[in-house]
Amino acid sequence: MSPLVALLRKETYHIRRDRRTLVVVLALPVVQVLLFGSAIRTDVDRVRLAIVDPAPDEATLELRNRFTATDTFRLVAVVPRASDLDPLFRTSQAQAGVVLPVGFAEDLAGRSPAPVQIIVDATDPNTGSVLRAYIEAVIRGYELEQVRLKADTTTIQIGATSRMRFNPTRESSNVFVPGLMAFVLTILASLMTAISLTREKETGTIEALLVSPLRPWSIILGKVLPYLAIGVVAAVAIIVEARLVFGVPLRGSAVLLIFEAVLFILASLALGILVSTRTYSQRVATMGAMLISMLPNILLSGFIFPIESMPLLLRVISQVVPGQWFVTIARGIMLKGVGLEYLWKETLVLGGIAVLLLAVSTRAFKARLG
Amino acid sequence: MNRAIEANELTRRFGAFTAVDRISFDVRQGEVFGFLGANGAGKTTAIRMLTGLLTPSGGSARVAGHDVYTEGEKIKRSIGYMSQRFSLYEDLSPRENIRLYGGIYDLTAPEIRERTAAMLSRLGLESVGSRPVRELPVGWRQKLAFSVALLHRPSIVFLDEPTSGVDPVTRRQFWELIYEAAARGTSVLVTTHYMDEAEYCDRLSIMVAGRIAALGAPAELKQQHGTSSIDDLFVRLARPAVSEQPIRLAPPAQDKGESKGPA
Repeated sequence: MSPLVALLRKETYHIRRDRRTLVVVLALPVVQVLLFGSAIRTDVDRVRLAIVDPAPDEATLELRNRFTATDTFRLVAVVPRASDLDPLFRTSQAQAGVVLPVGFAEDLAGRSPAPVQIIVDATDPNTGSVLRAYIEAVIRGYELEQVRLKADTTTIQIGATSRMRFNPTRESSNVFVPGLMAFVLTILASLMTAISLTREKETGTIEALLVSPLRPWSIILGKVLPYLAIGVVAAVAIIVEARLVFGVPLRGSAVLLIFEAVLFILASLALGILVSTRTYSQRVATMGAMLISMLPNILLSGFIFPIESMPLLLRVISQVVPGQWFVTIARGIMLKGVGLEYLWKETLVLGGIAVLLLAVSTRAFKARLG
Repeated sequence: MNRAIEANELTRRFGAFTAVDRISFDVRQGEVFGFLGANGAGKTTAIRMLTGLLTPSGGSARVAGHDVYTEGEKIKRSIGYMSQRFSLYEDLSPRENIRLYGGIYDLTAPEIRERTAAMLSRLGLESVGSRPVRELPVGWRQKLAFSVALLHRPSIVFLDEPTSGVDPVTRRQFWELIYEAAARGTSVLVTTHYMDEAEYCDRLSIMVAGRIAALGAPAELKQQHGTSSIDDLFVRLARPAVSEQPIRLAPPAQDKGESKGPA
């Protein structure tokens, strides 16, 4: 016990006295949540809309009002010709356009189909399709109302309504936060462990530990525990900050979420140790940790890019990326409020990966001695 | 069993390369034993085997009476170790470093307190006991590292080029510490590239290409080989090995003198 306490105290001194590391450890979770929560948004709000209305009448005015009545759209221009839209799109003044026909009111009254064209900027295809859906919804709403006004009961109407469950307002921060936890925890755990173990190699202090009666596992434990504690604090900070600043819910058990975070941190720490057994400089350790831990955990975890739309090979690889499982679990707990009864399989896989990586890395660490 | 180290035909191979080739020597209690050899001669590999970091491929060795194959744990408790890089944490103060190693070697809190105070006062480091080690001059760091290696009162201490990069005056002072430790009964196995230091040793061995080419007291060796200094002897023994292929398992044919048994 006492040797381990001595190691832990020493590691705490290192962390406290290395200013740069300390700043990274403290600021990373806070800054990342703010960045991802506000700057990188995929939800659509205050859409810059241009309307082509060659012959305004009471019907076009009414439809225009429907667009301006919500906060979702901001009407930037009403132009007479469809060709006028082009410069607006090119200069990004408009993100979406609606082209109304001449004689819109008459078409509606005469019950002949009124041709309305929707044009969206699909530079970002996801945003593009969301915009199209929003505009269609407004037009559909207007159409239904017209039909109802005419009290026309002869046509059969299907009133389909949709509900976006677990994230009804489609807040992107809700989806980002679980992934963000994976991202921050990976950096703290893998990178810090790899760097700090490699630093001991650079300065030669690792030799003194190795010739001492310390067992390899206690050297590893002395390294791992402080960063595990930091990881847990960071995870809690992210959850609290996400809730206070962006109102991201935590519907499930906080204890379960922390437990899952611990499993994920352990897997990341193990990768960090693994990197350190193969590197001799902190610079290489940084690159190694990025390559085998951070990049897969960010790119192949479904944090930014949906796994479903990846090629088969990457989908297969993503199955062994601990981040993928953690993000799935964290989304389940935070957004759906489900517990272990639904997540036991994912938890087992995540735990299994963590145990396997820890075993492999401890072995690699020992093997270096002989 | 008054031998601190007994090595008998100790061998270590890495694949086809034999880094240490059947070396036999012993170190007595309280003796300062010089472990000389050119870079790549096998010194470090031998030390790694004796400190329990590396399993030998053949032969036998006992360190502080413990077998290197089966009692690595006991060996680690009985030895101290200091490398040329001093093994101190530079962002920790001398006190914190002492407390760390005291903890690692399972000393009690009162023992650590008492030995810290004694050590700092003996080294004259009380005033800087709480400053980060990186702010101390190299000579002070070196003495501190040596004392820390002796903190748990090992019966043998391994010093791996402890004086490289240190000025002559500080080196001389450091050797006084080594003699003090030896006088208290601690055996010292020291590697060095400074031949004047080799003359300070009670006995020494010179390794050439994985084998011990000379072994004995400095005066004895000089007489046997008819050289005026250990420096001359070292160069004469080491040169054939250096000029030939680096991986050479048999000792040189033109080797004069009585270098220990060609294979």
